[in-house]
Amino acid sequence: MKKLIGALVIILFYSACKSNKTPSALPILGNREPVTKTVDGKTITDTVYSTIPDFKFVNQYADTITGKSLDGKIYVADFFFTTCPSICPVMHRNMLKVYNEFKTDDNFRIISHTIDPKYDTVPVLKKYADKLGISGNTWWLLHGTKDETYQIAKNYLVSVQEKNPQGEYIHDGYFILVDKQKRIRGTYDGTDPAQVTKLIADIKVLKAEPDQVGAK
Amino acid sequence: MKLKFITGISLLLIVLAASCQSDEQMEFNRYYSGGSVIYLAHCQNCHGEKGEGLQALIPPLTDAAYLKNNKTSLACYVKNGLKGKITISSRTFEGEMPAADDLSPIEIAKVLTFVTNSFGNKTGLINLQQVQANLEKCH
Repeated sequence: MKKLIGALVIILFYSACKSNKTPSALPILGNREPVTKTVDGKTITDTVYSTIPDFKFVNQYADTITGKSLDGKIYVADFFFTTCPSICPVMHRNMLKVYNEFKTDDNFRIISHTIDPKYDTVPVLKKYADKLGISGNTWWLLHGTKDETYQIAKNYLVSVQEKNPQGEYIHDGYFILVDKQKRIRGTYDGTDPAQVTKLIADIKVLKAEPDQVGAK
Repeated sequence: MKLKFITGISLLLIVLAASCQSDEQMEFNRYYSGGSVIYLAHCQNCHGEKGEGLQALIPPLTDAAYLKNNKTSLACYVKNGLKGKITISSRTFEGEMPAADDLSPIEIAKVLTFVTNSFGNKTGLINLQQVQANLEKCH
């Protein structure tokens, strides 16, 4: 009997340890489809994950930024506008924590798309960046046409909409984590400090994944 | 007998004093706690949980001297918004605070009482009558 209890205790301890362990890999989000192809005469089935398509925007330094600019980089994307009175300040207060954590890592980027390109011109974005206290190339504020921006938002599973009757833009405050293969690996409520803490932890997990370490 | 009488009187005085104080204190508490809820809904996103603001974009609410010197204008700032250059804690801010014209005078009084008595500020009660008088003089 005593032995049995002892064994039980060991099992309990073991399972407790196991469940507390941080995950060694993040899930891959978005649509996926099986693709069957023939390699060396054998038919194999592969899973193809949806990825962020190529794009072309301009950052706060008036540099052109494309999908290629993010090759070999893990990045976080969000959508905002500089005159946003509601959730943007709290989002970027939280995003600053992510920026400060990874600003020395050249394989990491933050991109913030403005959804009000008419007002948020490149000089306005630069001024916003200066006042936010960000410099260098870790955090890009991206300007593009409304159509392009709203189109790419769909790829990030984020909703942004035209102004509502009160003259406010509607957008959700999500931070989207994208890996070096341009697959979505996590979405986080950017207005919630706890979720942003999780994002920072998840970026560290993602950086250590084998297919991220080697990716160019 | 005499002792009992004196004890009774002094007890009564203590109770009276305590309740006098608590009348004022209760009014302040009513404004302050109501104001904290309004702050959360209308101000905190920009000005922060601790009134810290956001870098050089949004001014903090911790400049006690500014709040004191502009005490009679604060209601107008909340009601009509604020635009242009201001100096807070010897730093210049130049942005635009949106108007909170959906707030009633009593709500403005509550939120101002909360802000001017939080984050290290201690200005005391700003009541409905003061806010109403200040709002009449908005530019």
